[in-house]
Order: sequence, then structure tokens, then C-alpha cells
Amino acid sequence: MSGLPAAHAMAARHRLQWWEALPWVAGVAAFFLFPNYLAFGTQVLVTILFALSLDLVLGYAGIVTLGHAAFFGAGAYTVGMLAQHLGWNEPLSGLAAAALVAGTIGLVSGLVLLRTHGLTLLMLTLCTMALLEQAANMGAAWTGGFDGMPGLSFGKILGLFAFDVLYFRSQYLYALVVLFLGFLLVRMLVYSSFGQGLTGVRENLLRMHAVGAPVRARLVIAYTISAALAGVAGALFTQTNAFVNLAVLGLERAAGVLIILILGGYGRLYGAFVGAILYLLLEHTLAKAYPTAWQLGLGLTLVAVALYARNGILGIVDALRRRLAAWSAP
Amino acid sequence: MDLLGILLGGFAAGMVLFVVSVGLSVTMGLMGFVNLAHGGFAMLGGYVIVLAMKGWGLSFFPALAVGFVAIAALSVLLERTLYARLYRASELDQVLFTIGLVFIMISSMTLAIGPETQVLQLPEWLRGQVDLGVIRYRTYSVAMIVFGVALVVALWLGFERTTLGARIRAAVDNRRMAASLGVDVGRLFTVTFAIGSGLAAVGAGLGAEILGLDPQYPLRYLAYFLIVVAVGGLGRVTGVFYAALLIGVLDFVLKIYFPKGGTIFIYALTLILLLWRPQGLFGKRGA
Amino acid sequence: MKANWRQLFAAATLAAFSAGAGAQAVKIGVVLTYTGVGAEFGQQVDRGMQIFMKLNPGAFGSCKVEIVKRDGKNPGGADSKTAAQELITQEKVDIITGVIYSSNAIAIEPVITAAKKPFLIMNAGTAWITNLSPYIARVSFSMWHAGHAVGETAANTLKAKTAVVGFTDYPPGKDSLVAFKTAFEKAGGKVIDEIPMGGPGAVPDFTPFFQRAKDKKPDVFFVFVPAGDHAVGVMRTYNALGMKQAGVRLIGPGDITQDTKLQTMGDDAVGLLTVHHYNADLGNTPNRRFVDAWKKEFGPASTPDFMGVQGYDGMAAIAHAARAVNCNMADADKVMAALKGWKFDDSPRGPISIDPATRDIVMNEYVSEVVKSGGRLVQKNIGVINAVKDMCKELKVDRCGK
Repeated sequence: MSGLPAAHAMAARHRLQWWEALPWVAGVAAFFLFPNYLAFGTQVLVTILFALSLDLVLGYAGIVTLGHAAFFGAGAYTVGMLAQHLGWNEPLSGLAAAALVAGTIGLVSGLVLLRTHGLTLLMLTLCTMALLEQAANMGAAWTGGFDGMPGLSFGKILGLFAFDVLYFRSQYLYALVVLFLGFLLVRMLVYSSFGQGLTGVRENLLRMHAVGAPVRARLVIAYTISAALAGVAGALFTQTNAFVNLAVLGLERAAGVLIILILGGYGRLYGAFVGAILYLLLEHTLAKAYPTAWQLGLGLTLVAVALYARNGILGIVDALRRRLAAWSAP
Repeated sequence: MDLLGILLGGFAAGMVLFVVSVGLSVTMGLMGFVNLAHGGFAMLGGYVIVLAMKGWGLSFFPALAVGFVAIAALSVLLERTLYARLYRASELDQVLFTIGLVFIMISSMTLAIGPETQVLQLPEWLRGQVDLGVIRYRTYSVAMIVFGVALVVALWLGFERTTLGARIRAAVDNRRMAASLGVDVGRLFTVTFAIGSGLAAVGAGLGAEILGLDPQYPLRYLAYFLIVVAVGGLGRVTGVFYAALLIGVLDFVLKIYFPKGGTIFIYALTLILLLWRPQGLFGKRGA
Repeated sequence: MKANWRQLFAAATLAAFSAGAGAQAVKIGVVLTYTGVGAEFGQQVDRGMQIFMKLNPGAFGSCKVEIVKRDGKNPGGADSKTAAQELITQEKVDIITGVIYSSNAIAIEPVITAAKKPFLIMNAGTAWITNLSPYIARVSFSMWHAGHAVGETAANTLKAKTAVVGFTDYPPGKDSLVAFKTAFEKAGGKVIDEIPMGGPGAVPDFTPFFQRAKDKKPDVFFVFVPAGDHAVGVMRTYNALGMKQAGVRLIGPGDITQDTKLQTMGDDAVGLLTVHHYNADLGNTPNRRFVDAWKKEFGPASTPDFMGVQGYDGMAAIAHAARAVNCNMADADKVMAALKGWKFDDSPRGPISIDPATRDIVMNEYVSEVVKSGGRLVQKNIGVINAVKDMCKELKVDRCGK
């Protein structure tokens, strides 16, 4: 797997760059500029967080998974069921509970599955997710099944900010803050020695074994943290939407986040941002203009990016920068 | 239901999966290319077959032949112009490309023809039941079994007894070595891809009785195709055959006795099988 | 010159005001799955709406009608919710309508309740949805309309004593099971086996399930599957296993003889009994007009089915409400008041009305038998149950009672 650009990028960007503040400025600006689109904006933020969690295992640890929605769904249902059946609807502790449940599932499945790799691992992650989906359907009395849970409502964030059912204002800011904290965590992890060890595993497995690095342990830990983070994204989904159904555990969601990450560029932290915003925005605007034909435009975009980019959109950006640098160099 | 009936039912269900998936296994094993659009070729083939039967009045088997040729031709076109550019790309870029391709296929069929299911009318003699002496069984299921077995035998003979087959096997086992021995790997890819996609088209036509046919077909059954390929072992035709058989029969049996289990059994089964033998039932170890 | 400009300005302002005053616009927001797995159904409802506007150009009186369509994309809830939210806050629609899947209807509900906008459901059939908000009304059906009626018919008309139920394992299937069982067992029958038959996504091979049912030798085999691919699979498997010859009578709601698929089901479908609020062969005059207009617009091979007529009737309901409030739909309570108790005798499905107590549809359920006539399969009406209400809410079963 060619990850050299990502390794270069990582080495170069160890310290905070000025433009890293831009996404957050843009996020806050969007709040004021598009007051009627905050429901959509919240979905984008949740997806970015989900894609970020996937990047941790895919981009950095090199684990290709089609089942990451298992953790997203686990978090989503944890929060939903706590609220519906136990009346526990405090948002922040809900996030923590979701992280715990999803992380545990990640730990257990990671220990079992990460002995394999390639297509086998892909299929095993798919099967794990599908089993969870079936279990959720069989337990429809608890989960609401295909129809989902109606009438979910959540308490005030920090006891102060109520969820805004129609305009999604508080949801949007809440998601933005959670995303920010999640991003900080991932960034810290990735630039730590742990993260560098992960990249080592991805780049050259044999050598890592040769230097005696604890490969399996690293992978399982990364997988667990990623699962917990995906669980938080799922919990955010349920809380901001006040709704959850089987789709959170579906192949469509898992494949969707994978496509988004590849589109944006994996192994580069911001690929999740670029991919999610581009994909969802494209989907959204195309779907408004062409309710029946938008999938065609989306497909063409994906094919074009795959053919002309080596690592998603950020890959194209990198190639352009290099060309510019070559031009301007004497 | 007695044992024979159950075995026949599962066998037939497995054969439908086999015919559609065998092409995917060979191309993934040979080219190392993650072609998630395989189901898309199948779907397009199904539509060509329906068109041939309804629009041109062809009967079932000639229509299947037309489907095979049309989709094989289409796949050659796409392979030469688009797929070939991504052979050296990362698997993830291949995933991105093929998913984009599937979206294009699904939406163009939806726009051109419509989202409704297309119904394939089987010839009269395939409907109803046939008397096999020991049991009366659904003619279509028996026919699927016969076809599937004939196909795996034909493919096996092709792989074992022809030069082309030998070349393909060599390239699957060690692409570089085969190339250095003078095998034109590029042309091999094209031929294999064409045959694999053509078979998918035929599979869609034959399997429409059970799996249906509408634009969503490629994504709806993608997981099943991948399961059969993974459990069978990449690039192993006999592997795919036995995997499809195993999954078909077990799924059938479990659905009769434990219908409340839903599709849990297929996934649990695949999980167990792949954990026990990660390379698939017949795959190479350490591939 | 200056005087002329002032006169022009005054004239223009006057013109603008008078133009605004008479033709007030009614803005309708439609959320349907135009793509993805529900695309077929979204298309049916959308076409039904179009045919209504074509056949009844004066239905909205002096109100200008603007229809804004958004793709719900999938049954996952979030996308439909976002679509509805934007239709309300950005497009400022007066009413939300459409919605194929119950999950999407459930997800949309908090938004329309918070915004106080009426929500007229054109398909989503889970029974207790109308209880979620006073701003929800439904013109389509609840799973109990047909399910309960089939149970009654099986016991009273077919005189069946035992039944096996096969159902797709998701809420509409489970609801149909409960509805059928309630009616059937109240009338003295017994359900001897309940077989979940896979999920609503990929069509399963029905053979093992049907074989199991056949082995139990019931008087009737009640099947519920979602309309579409599943219905075709059901018929094929029923034929292939020789169940008719074995004396197992297949019955179900009209979903299994969906008009768009009926002709492909072959001769073995003859004798099949279904109960539904609509099929394209109904003989009443409004339906003949409806079907003719449909075939003229969309091709002689096309046919409306029950979702098409729901789109039609939904527009009729909205048109009625629009005229009742003089084209000013800003007050949702007034709109809901107009919808409650609305009666429509010219529907292609016969006389329908909206129950003021539950805001759900009240309509006839037609008992039909598939016969062969003039070389094609036709659903012959052999009975009707008039003015059927949603029995789930009537009997206050489980969630319907809340």
C-alpha cells in the first residue's frame, strides 16, 4: 500500500501550522452564515468525526475495514437505549457510555480479528457488523428495529443548552466542540511515538517485527481507540437527530465513510474533513437539483478522483503543490 | 421436508451465487484488483438479457448468450480504458473507483429504464416441478444445479488442461514469475476479466428467479458475493464452488429449522470459517 | 417627466400589491425516496400526485401551488429529517408530505411538531405514527387496515381454522402478523406457526420458509412481504413448490399482488385471495379515469398501484385543506381542522375519509381474487369491507393505545 506521501506529510507537519485553525474558523463561520442549514451541517460534523476515527485505523494503522459502522451503531444505540429505557438522557455522560461500549466491542473484536489481514480481515469486519445489525433487528423490542426509536429527547448540555429541534443550533455547536476534542485526541495520538509506531506497522510490517516492536498490541490499541471514537460519533448522531434505527449499523454507512475517507485522502488527518465536506455537500446540492439523477454525478466524481489522484483530494493538492514548488524553484 | 429436498434446495441456491461470483474470485485472485463493480456487470448483463427477450423476442438461452457477449465486450472496453490505469494503484483507490463505477451503473439504469424490478420470464419447461424418481422437485432448481456443476467442470478443465488456463494459474500464483517467463499478463487480465464479467451476466440472468433484478442489485448482494469469494479462497474456482455450496446448503437448512435466526447464520458461519482458515477453504496459505 | 415617473411608480406598486393579494401561494414540501432502495415507491407516489394535478386542474381553486421535492435517499431517518428541516426553514413550505418509510416519518415528526407544520403521510404505514403528533394526518394506510381485514376474511369467508403466517422480519411484517392474528383468533381460528422470512433488503430465497409452511399443512398461508421484488419471489416460490396443488391457500394484503408485478406472476396466481384498499382493476368510474390518465401519461405498459393512488388522494386532501383556509396555510391548527373529517368520494379507491379522532385514513378494504380474463391476470372484486378504521388504534393494542 503506497503511503509514502502520508509519511512525508506527517514528518513535515509535526508542529501546529497556522492554517490548521481554518477548519474551525470555517465551522464557526458556517454557524452564522447558514442558519437554515445547521441540520445538514451537524450531519457533516458527525460524519467527519466518524471518518476521523476510521482514519486512525485505516490511514495510520493500515487496517482496511468495511465494518466500522459496528462501533458507530453501538454508540448510537447505547445512547438511544439509555434514554428510551432508563430515562438516562444526559448528553455528556451518554457520550462517555457510548465510548465505553463501542471501545469494549472494538477491543474484543480487535483481539480476535486482527490476527488476519487483507480480504479476510475485510470480510470479518463486515460479518461482525452484520451480526450486530441482525442482533439489533432481533432485539427490536429494545432497539426499535427498522422503524427506529421515536420520541427520543435529550437533556440540556452541561445543564445549560437545550437541544434545538427545528434549527439545530445547539446541536451544531455541540457537535463542533466534540469534533474538536476528538480531533485533538487523534492528532496527539498520531504524532506521538505510539502513532509513529503505527505508521511503522503500516509501512513495513516485517521490519517492525524485526525490531521487536509489539505489533499486535499496537494494532489492537489503535483499533480500540478508533472504535471508542466511532462510538462517540454514533452517540452524537442519535443525540443530535433524536432518532436512531438500523441504518446506523448498515453496510451503506460503513462503505460510505470508507469512500469519504479515500476521497479526501487517508492517513492525513484532514482527509476526513475534506472528504466528508466534499462528498456530503456534493450529494446535498446535486440531490436538490436532480432528485433522481444525483447519484450519477457523484459516481462520476468518485471515478475521476480515483483515476487522477494518488491519495484522494489531498493527494491532488499535494501533487499541485509539488508542481508549483518545482516551477518556482530556480 | 426430507433430507434430499433440503440438499437440493441449498445446492441450487448455492449455484446461483457460484455462477455470479466465480468471475469475481478469479479476477481478484489473478489481478489483485478489488472489483466491487462486479455486481454491476452482473446487473447490466441481466438487463441486456431482459431486453433481448422482451425487445428482440429472443428465447431464454440465446438471450443468455447475448448477455455474455455484450457484457464481456463492455468489460474489455472498461478494462482497457479505465481499470488498467489503476492496476498499480492502492487497493483503496481501486475501491473508490469501482464504487464510483457502480453508482454510475445504478443511476444510469434507473434513469434510462426506471427503478422497477425487471421480471425475467423463464421458459415454460423450467417452471413447475420435475419428477426425479426419488423426489419431485422444482425444475428450475434442478437446472441450476446441473448448470453449476457443468460450469465448474468446464472451468476446471479449462484451467487444468488448456494453455490459457495454465497461464492464468501461473499468474495467480506468482504474477512476476509468470511475466518473467514470457506470459503476457496484461492480455491475460483482459481475457479473464471478460470471461468473469460475462459469467456474472449469465449468473444474473439465471439467478433473477431467486435474486430478482433491479438497479440496486449490485449493492444489495455485494456482501454475499464477497463472502463466497473470501470463504472459497481467491482465484480458486473449485474453492468458490464448494464455498457457495456449503453456504447455500447450510443457510437453507438453518432457515427451515430456525427461521427466527434470520441472516445471522450466514455471517456467523463466514466468521467462523474465516477465523479457522483465513485464506479461505482452498486458498493459498500466506497469500 | 418627474410627474410621469411618480405615476409609473404608484401604478407599479399598486399592481404589485393587487397581484399579491389575490393569488396566495400554497407551498408543498415533498420528501420521497427518489433514489436508492425505495426509488420505485417514490416514483409511484410522485406520479400519483402528478396525475391528480393533471385531472383536477381546478382543485386548488384560486391558490397558486408550488411543489418543492426533496430526496429522502434511504430509510435511515437522518436524510429525510434534514430534508424536511430545510424545506421548512429554508424553503418555508406550508406543509410536508410524502414519505415512504415509517422510519423516516418517525424521524421527521419532531421537526414538524416543533415548527408547527402539518405533515400529511402518503405511505408510511406503522400504525402508531399518527399518535406521535397532533400535526400528523395520514391518507395511505396502517398495516392493520389490510392485516386485520385479511384475518377476518380468512376466518369468515374462507372458513379457515388454521393458518401459518410468513412475514418479512421488520415492523410492517410484524405488525401485519399481529393484526392478522388478532382478527383471525378472535373469529375462532388458530395461528399454528409464525415464520420470519428474512429482511426487507435482499430478497431471500423463500423456498425453505415456504417448505416449512407447506409441511405444516395449514388451511391458509398468510404472507406479508414488502411490495416489489419480494412479491415476485413469493409467487414464484409458491408456484414452484406446488403449494396450490397441495391445498395450501395463499392469502395476503395487496402488497403480494402489486399491480406493477401482477402480470409476471403466471397462471398459478389464479385463485390467490388478497385484501387491500386498492388495486388497479377496481371498477369504479374515478379509478377508470385515473388508470386511463396514468397509462396515457406513462405508457400503456405502466400501471398505478396502491402507492400511486395514495399520492393522488394526498393531493386531494391538501387541495381541500388549501381551499378551506383560503390559501393561507400559515395556521397549522386550521389546516389540521380542515383535514380532520375530510371526506372524498371521488377517490380511485372508493369513498375515503380522515378519522377526526385519530387523523388516520378510513377506507374500504376490497377482497379480490386473481382470475384470468382476456389473456391477462385481473383482480376480481368479490367482496368489500366498508369504512375500515385502523384497528390497532381502535383496540388500543400496545403502542397504538398511547
